[in-house]
Amino acid sequence: MSDKKYWKGIEELHNDAEFVRLKNNEFFEHLPVSEQLEKKAQANDVTPRRDFLKFMGFSVAAATLAACEAPVVKSIPYVVKPEEIYPGIANYYASTFWDGYDYCPVVVKTREGRPIKIEGNELSAITRGGTNARTQASVLSLYDSARLKSPMVNGAPSSWGTIDSTVTAKLSEIAGKNGNIRILSSTIISPTTKKIIEEFSKKYPGTKHVTYDSISYSGMIKANSESFGIAALPSYRFDNAEVIVSFGADFLTNWISPIEFARQYGEGRKLNDGKKKMSKHIQFEPTLSVTGSNADKRIPVKPTQQPVAIANLYNEVARQTGGMAIAAPDAGELKNEIMEAARHLVAAKGKALVVARSNSSAVQNLVNGINVLLESYGNTINLNEANLTKQGDDAGLKNLLAELKEGKVSALFIYGCNPSYTLPNAEEFNTALKRVELTVSFSDRNDETASNCKFICSDHHYLESWGDAEARSGHISFMQPTIAPLFGTRQFQESMMTWAGIGNNYHEYLQQNYADGWQAKLKDGVYQKQADGASSSIKFSSGVLTAAATGISSMQPVGGMELVLYEKTGLGNGNQANNPWLQELPDPISRVTWDNYLCVSPKDAREKGWNNNNVVTLKANGVSKDVPVYIQPGQTPGVVALAFGYGRTNCGKVADNVGVNAFAFARLTDNGMTYWSPCEIQKSTKDDYMLAATQMHHTMMGRAIVKETTLEEYIRKPNAGNPPVVIPVHKGHEEEILPPNKVNLWDSFETPNHHWGMSIDLNSCIGCGACVVACTAENNVHTVGKAEIGRSREMHWIRIDRYYSSDADPKEGVKPDTGQLKKMEEPSDNPKVVFQPVMCQHCNHAPCETVCPVVATNHSSEGLNQMAYNRCIGTRYCANNCPYKVRRFNWFQYDGNEKFANVNPAFHTNELSRMVLNPDVVVRARGVMEKCSLCVQRIQEGKLTAKKESRKLKDGEIKTACMQACPTHAIVFGDYNNTESELNKMWKPEERSYHLLEELDVQPNVFYQTKVRNVEPKES
Amino acid sequence: MSQLHEAVVRDPLVLGEKTYHQITEDVCRPVEGKANKFWWMAFTISLTAFLWGFCCFAYTVGTGIGAWGLNRTVGWAWDITNFVWWIGIGHAGTLISAILLLFRQRWRMSINRSAEAMTIFAVMCAGLFPALHTGRPWLDYFMFPLPNQFGSLWVNFNSPLLWDVFAVSTYFSVSLVFWYLGLIPDLATIRDRAITPARKFIYGVLAFGWKGTARDWGRFEEVALVLAGISTPLVLSVHTIVSFDFATSIVPGWHTTIFPPYFVAGAIFSGFAMVMTLLVITRKVLGLEEYITVQHIESMNKIIILTGSIVGIAYITEFFIAWYSGVEYESYAFINRATGPYWWAYWMMMTCNVITPQLFWIRKIRRSIVASFIISIFINIGMWFERFVIIAVSLTRDYIPSAWAMYHPTFVEVGIFIGTIGFFFTCFLIFARVFPVIALNELKTILKRTGDQFLKRHE
Repeated sequence: MSDKKYWKGIEELHNDAEFVRLKNNEFFEHLPVSEQLEKKAQANDVTPRRDFLKFMGFSVAAATLAACEAPVVKSIPYVVKPEEIYPGIANYYASTFWDGYDYCPVVVKTREGRPIKIEGNELSAITRGGTNARTQASVLSLYDSARLKSPMVNGAPSSWGTIDSTVTAKLSEIAGKNGNIRILSSTIISPTTKKIIEEFSKKYPGTKHVTYDSISYSGMIKANSESFGIAALPSYRFDNAEVIVSFGADFLTNWISPIEFARQYGEGRKLNDGKKKMSKHIQFEPTLSVTGSNADKRIPVKPTQQPVAIANLYNEVARQTGGMAIAAPDAGELKNEIMEAARHLVAAKGKALVVARSNSSAVQNLVNGINVLLESYGNTINLNEANLTKQGDDAGLKNLLAELKEGKVSALFIYGCNPSYTLPNAEEFNTALKRVELTVSFSDRNDETASNCKFICSDHHYLESWGDAEARSGHISFMQPTIAPLFGTRQFQESMMTWAGIGNNYHEYLQQNYADGWQAKLKDGVYQKQADGASSSIKFSSGVLTAAATGISSMQPVGGMELVLYEKTGLGNGNQANNPWLQELPDPISRVTWDNYLCVSPKDAREKGWNNNNVVTLKANGVSKDVPVYIQPGQTPGVVALAFGYGRTNCGKVADNVGVNAFAFARLTDNGMTYWSPCEIQKSTKDDYMLAATQMHHTMMGRAIVKETTLEEYIRKPNAGNPPVVIPVHKGHEEEILPPNKVNLWDSFETPNHHWGMSIDLNSCIGCGACVVACTAENNVHTVGKAEIGRSREMHWIRIDRYYSSDADPKEGVKPDTGQLKKMEEPSDNPKVVFQPVMCQHCNHAPCETVCPVVATNHSSEGLNQMAYNRCIGTRYCANNCPYKVRRFNWFQYDGNEKFANVNPAFHTNELSRMVLNPDVVVRARGVMEKCSLCVQRIQEGKLTAKKESRKLKDGEIKTACMQACPTHAIVFGDYNNTESELNKMWKPEERSYHLLEELDVQPNVFYQTKVRNVEPKES
Repeated sequence: MSQLHEAVVRDPLVLGEKTYHQITEDVCRPVEGKANKFWWMAFTISLTAFLWGFCCFAYTVGTGIGAWGLNRTVGWAWDITNFVWWIGIGHAGTLISAILLLFRQRWRMSINRSAEAMTIFAVMCAGLFPALHTGRPWLDYFMFPLPNQFGSLWVNFNSPLLWDVFAVSTYFSVSLVFWYLGLIPDLATIRDRAITPARKFIYGVLAFGWKGTARDWGRFEEVALVLAGISTPLVLSVHTIVSFDFATSIVPGWHTTIFPPYFVAGAIFSGFAMVMTLLVITRKVLGLEEYITVQHIESMNKIIILTGSIVGIAYITEFFIAWYSGVEYESYAFINRATGPYWWAYWMMMTCNVITPQLFWIRKIRRSIVASFIISIFINIGMWFERFVIIAVSLTRDYIPSAWAMYHPTFVEVGIFIGTIGFFFTCFLIFARVFPVIALNELKTILKRTGDQFLKRHE
C-alpha cells in the first residue's frame, strides 16, 4: 500500500475551521430543506401557471396511459422445471407413426413439451429417415379439436370408471352365456398389443380377433400362402431391381410400404457420383398415379385387361426362361408392350421385379410365378422378412359381417378402423351393429362407426401413446408419448388390459417385453431382433398357376365403362381426412386440393362432351353418386377413377362433406375386396362444381424448364439435354457468345462466411409432396381452404410443379411456330410427366430485391434472399417481378380469422391447435409477402450450436425441412463456401446441373439436375 | 389594340359579339347563380358513386387486399391499371397550360382551366391506388425517406415504385400551384362582383389580395412562364417514370425500352380524350358554346390523331421487337396478348385506341361535336384496356407455365374504380360551381385579337 495521501480539495489541505465544521455534515453545502418545509414558506409559494400546466399535462397523460389496458399475454413459467426442458431448445424423441395404414419410424421434435414437427428416423433400416406427406401431417392431427375429450356412453360424455364397470360386467355376462365377442381391428403390428388381445381372449373365451384393412391386400396374402405356404406379404428391394414392372401398384405413394419403396426406388434411379446406371421402370395402369408418372414407360390399361396382361407376361417370360406355359386370353393391343417388358425382365433376370395392385389371389399367384421365373426371390423380394403392415383378412371380415347379420355377435370391439365409412355396404353394417349388445369403438373421434357404437373409449393419439411396432419381421420400432394426454382419453391397450384384468399400466407391460436395454432401444426408437437363423429357401408350388389361369380366363373384359378406385397421395384411405394440411396438399398429379373427382380420359371427355367441373352421375354396384369430372391425361380410355379418403360425414369440420365416399363403390366378393367394377355414367343436370387446383396450365410450352434426356444420351454426353445457356452479344462488329453471367450490370454480393444453396435432383424427385407438408409444418404456413385455392392464392412455400408432354411439343432446339403454341397447351392423351419442386431460388441478383421500395426483401451476407416482414408494406411488386412466382402474399389476416376457422385450425384463435406452431418462425400477418427462407431458423440454430461448441459447422448438419422429409434424398442443402460440401459436389454444370431460367441471369442459389429417362432410343 | 393580329383565315376563338363585360357575365354566371336541375342530378349520381367507392375502399382496408380478385400470379390488376389510367388523364391539363403556353397556342385559354382542374382531380384519384393497393396501407409512410427510429432503415432508391412516389407527388404539387395561380385574377373578379359579405370574404381570401394592377399582371405572367417551364419536363417525366415501373422489371410484356415515349404519348392521348369528354358536356351545360368552339374541339382532335397514331405505332413496334428479339418469353407474351384468353381485352384496346381516332382524319367527323364526344369515350375505354392488357395480361402468363393463372375482378375493386370516377366528377361539378371554368381574365387578352367581331372588323 502506498502512503500517498489525496486531498479532496485545497480546503482539506489547509484544514481551516470552516472546513472542519462542515466536514461532518452529510451535505457539504447548505440545502434549503427546512425553509421549504416551513408552513410560511409554503403559504407564499405559488405554483406558476406554466408549472401548473406541466403538472396537469403530466397527470392527464399518466392517467390516460394508466387507463389503457396493455395486451395480456399469458405466459406461465414452470413452477418446477422439468429436467430436460429448456425454453427455446427443442427436444427430440424417437417414436413410430402407425395408423393402420402408414408406417414410419419418426423422431418427434418437441418445444416446451409440445410436439411440433415430425422427422423420419434415420436409424430405421426400413425408411432410413424418409417420410411421406401423411406422416409429416400427423402432428397436426394431435391437436385436432374434433378429438373426443372424454369417453362416451350412448353419445354422452362419461367417465372411465363408469365405462370400466359397465363393460366388464357386460363382458362377464356375455362370457357367462358363451356369447360371441369379436374384436374388429385394422392390422395390428404391435407384438405387445397382440399379446394383450390374446390374454383378453383367454379371459373371455368367446373372443375372436378379425383383422381388416380398409385397403385390402388379403388376396396377395392368400396367394403367397398358396404359392409358397407363407401367408404374409414379402418385403421388397426396389433398389436391387434393374427392371421394375408394375401393374397398377402405386408403390411410391400408397402400395404396401411407400416410404420404404420410394427410398429404394430413389436409390436405384440416382445418377450421382459418376453412376451411369439406373433402373428401368415400366408401369401398366388404368389411371395416372405418382408411380406411373415416374415410370420410363407407362402403358394405360383397363382393370379388366390387367389380369390378361399379367397372364401373357407370364407366358412370355416362361417362354424365354423355359417355364411352364399356361392358358391365357389374347392380349390384343398390349402384345408388343408385353413382349418388350418381358424382354427387359428376362435380360435382368435375378435383378428384376414385378408387382401388381390386385386383391385377386389368382392374379397375385401369376405375379409370384413371374417373379419365381425371374429369380426375384432372394434378390428383389424377401419372403423370409415379411412385411407385417397389411394383415387384413377379407374372408374373416365376410364371416364377421355374416355373423353380425345373423345376430350371432354379442360384443364387438372396433379398433383402428372405421367400417361404417370404409365398408362398401356400410348401411347394412350399421343396421347389424344396432343389434349387438355391446359395441365399443376406440376411435379418437365420434366418427361414422363410433357414432353407431354404445361406448366410445377414445384412444390416445400416437404422440401420446406407448407402443411397439413390428412392421417387418425382426424390425421393431417403438412409440413413446411426447406429450401428456391432452384430453381424458385412454390408450386402447390400457382399456383392454383393464377389462382383461391384467393391470392397467401398458407402459410397464410393454417394457417387460423389451427388458434388456430398454432405454437405449427407446432412445434409438428402432431395434433389430437377431435373425432366427438361416433364411429358409422358397418353394413354389406351380400348381397354383393352372388354377390362376382358370381364374383369369373368367375375368373377361366387360363392355362399357370401368371404374377404378384408387388412393390419393394426400389422404390415402382417409384416416387423416380432418387434417387441413393434407386436404390442402395439391394432388401431385391433378394438383387439385380439397376434393376427389372422377378422373376421365381426354378421349372419353371429347367423345362424351364432358368438361372439367361438369357433374356426372356415377352408377356402379347399385350405388349412385354425383361427382365432378376431372379430365386426366394418361387415364385409360374407357376407365374412370375415383379416390378414397373423401366424403367423410363424421370426421370433423375440415373433412366433413368434402368430396364423395369411394368406398361405397367397392365390392366385397367371395374373392375378397375388389376395387374396380363396371359402371355407368350420365351427365347430371346439376351446375358445375368448382374444383380448386393450384396449377391451371399443364404443359411446359416448349420451354427449357424441366430439362430432360435419356440414359443413353446421358452416357454418351453427360450434359445431354442441358446445353449451356448463352447470350449473343456484339464485340465491335463481331458477334460474341457469352454465358449470361458475363453480360451483367450488377455487382456481386459478398458472402464471406457461408453461401447457402440447394440442389434438387429431378431424377430422384418422385413428386410425393412430403416436402410440401414438412415445409408447412416447419414454417407455420397458412392453410387457406378451397375457396382461396380456387382463386390461386395458396400459401405453400414450396410447390411441386407437374408438367405433361404435349403432342405438339417441338423437337429439342426447334422453335415452335405461332399456330403450334395453342396446341402445345393441350397435354397428350398419354403424356410423359415430370415433377419439379420450386421454392424461392434465392437469387444472387434477385429481381424482387431491386423493386421493393422499402427494402423489405433484401440479401443476406450468406446469400439468402430474406424477408423483413415488419418492414413489408405489401406492394406485391416483388411477386410480380419474381420469374419463378414463388412469393406468397397474405391476402387476409389468416391468423385468428373466424372466416378461416374451419380450414386453418392451426391458426385459429383456438388455443389447442395453435400448439402446433413452430415458435421459431413468426406467423405472418395480413398484407405482408412471404416465401421460402431456406429454413433460416434452422441455419441459425445450426450456426449457434457450432459456435457454442467452438467448431466449424459440418456439412449436412443443417437440413432444411424439405430436404429432411424427402424419402428419395432429392434435395441437398449446403454451403457453397465449403469446398467439401455435398452441394459443391452436386454442382456440375458440365453434366446435369442447371439453373432454372438461367438466361435471365438472376443467379439463383438453387439449382436442378436434369431428369433422365431410361428409355430405348426409338421410344424417346 | 394589339400589334399581333390573327390571320383572317383563322376561325375566331370567341364567337358572338362579346364584350369584356359579357365574358365576365357568361363565365361567372354558374358561380354566382343557382345550380340547375341537371347539375343536381349529375352531382347526386357522382356523389353516390363516390360513396359506393368509399365503402368498397373501407371494406378493402378492413379485410385486406384479398377482397380483390388478385392472386399469387397476378399481383396487380385493376389497382395499378386505374392508377396509370388516371395519371394518364392527368396529363392533358398541364400539357395544355404549360406546353401550349410556351408554344403560344392561344386556343388553350378557354380550355386550360378545366383541363388543369381535371388534372388535379385525376392525379388525386390516381394517387389513391398506389396508396391503397399495399397490403398494409397504414404503413405507406415507409415509402417516404423519413428520418426514423428503426435504425438505419431507408427507402430503396433502386425501386421504381419509389421514383413514382416522388414523380407523382411533385407533379401534383406543381400542377396544383399552377392551377391556383391561374385562378387568382378570376377569383378577384368574383370577389369584386360579390354581393354577400361571406362570398366577398371567402373569395377575398382566395384571391390573395389581387388588385389587377399592371405590376400584378407583370408578375403573374412571369410566374406563369416560370411554372410552365417547370411543368413542361414534368409532363414528360411523370409518365416516363410510371412506365419505369414496368420497363425496369423482368416480366415479359413489361420489360420494354419503348415504354417511356409510348406511355407519354398514351397519357396525352387519354388526357385529351378526357378533356374532350368533359368540355363537350361543360360547354353545353354551362352555356359556354361561344367560348369553347368547334375550333377548340378540332384542335384537340388533331392532337388526338397525333398521339393516337404514336400509340398505334408503339403497339406494332412492340410486336415487331418481340419477334425480332427472338426471346421466346417475350414473343409468347405478345402472341398471348392477341390470341390468348384475354384476346378480347387486346382487341378492345386496338379498336378503341388505334382504329377509332383515325376517323378524325375526316374533317366532318373531326368537327362534329357528337362524333368527338363518342370517340373520346371510346378512347377513354381503350386506354383503360391498354393498361389492363399491359399490366394484368402480361402477368397472367409469364415465365413458368405452372404458375399461370387467370384473373377475375371482384365487385370491390370495380367499386373502388367507380368510386374514383364518382370522386372525379363530384370534384369537377363542385369546381364548376365555385370557380370560373374558363380563365376569363386571360381570355379577355385575346378577345380583341381573335374575337368574332374583331376578326370581322379587319376583313
